[in-house]
Amino acid sequence: MIRAVVLAALLLAVLPLSPAHAVNPDEMLADPALEHRARVISRDLRCLVCQNQSIDDSDAGLAKDLRVLVRERLKAGDSNEQVIDYVVARYGDFVLLKPPVKGSTLVLWIGPAVVALFGILALTLFYRRRRAASPVAAKPLSPEERARLNKLLEGDAP
Amino acid sequence: MKSRLLYLLPLGLFLVLALYFAVGLTKDPKIIPSALIDKPAPEFTLPPVAGGKTPGFATADLKKGRVSVVNVFASWCVPCRAEHPEINKLAKMGIVPVYGLNYKDTPQAARAWLDKLGDNYTATGADESGRVGIDWGVYGVPETFIVDGTGRIRFKHVGPIVGDKLEKEILPLIRSIQETGK
Repeated sequence: MIRAVVLAALLLAVLPLSPAHAVNPDEMLADPALEHRARVISRDLRCLVCQNQSIDDSDAGLAKDLRVLVRERLKAGDSNEQVIDYVVARYGDFVLLKPPVKGSTLVLWIGPAVVALFGILALTLFYRRRRAASPVAAKPLSPEERARLNKLLEGDAP
Repeated sequence: MKSRLLYLLPLGLFLVLALYFAVGLTKDPKIIPSALIDKPAPEFTLPPVAGGKTPGFATADLKKGRVSVVNVFASWCVPCRAEHPEINKLAKMGIVPVYGLNYKDTPQAARAWLDKLGDNYTATGADESGRVGIDWGVYGVPETFIVDGTGRIRFKHVGPIVGDKLEKEILPLIRSIQETGK
């Protein structure tokens, strides 16, 4: 009984390690090197039907067609970039899960860094100003002030 | 005075962002702008639906100097069924040839579907493998393209053309492309 429970627990622990991919055995290429390249490409291509899955993960019909297409292009001798360009020419940059760095996506890529820089700049300025302000408060008393203070301390003020 | 304005800056930034996101929420993320707008239609030759009434069509048919409409449909696609009366209406007006691209379908199912719902396409090409569909950047049927006389894709509509979409969106576009020539 205990052994069965332990076995079940072990199985459950190992289960998430096996990746749930949608690639069917009949789609795979015989050449392992080409198949590996196909998998690498597929992981970066968005399934346009389910949008937040790659075509490597998706079970949608279009994702399967695109997986087969990627493998066909590879067999025809295309480089990885050529295969990706082929798909992008038809579906646009949106098909890439990682947006390319170019003019229209510059804000996306450097925006967060610029905002962080502004924050750091604002904080530095704030603290520097505060530090600069404190010595002013510690200025020694003038003789008149001292005299007035002494007078007050002696207690003959009203 | 100056520092007080500075305190309003975060509120201002927040309002700008809120407006930006509010506009974003009104847009449908399912609709992806086509990469093929203002590009020539892909090279293809499609056979007719086997046993169907109309011939197939090819890229050359779209370059004959008249504006044409290409409607991607399939018998398994439910929204296609909803939009088909509108497509029939457009085809019957006779202002543009309307080509049907039968996407990933079987000839029997496509024939039965067209017999039942009406076949007013100028020609219907059968794309059983879906490969021509990929060349057109099709990702969700129904899709409707407007192609100018030189064979350039000028507009793509994703999803069913229902309600007043034909009158309000598609027809004015067809007319304006027809008027500006090409």
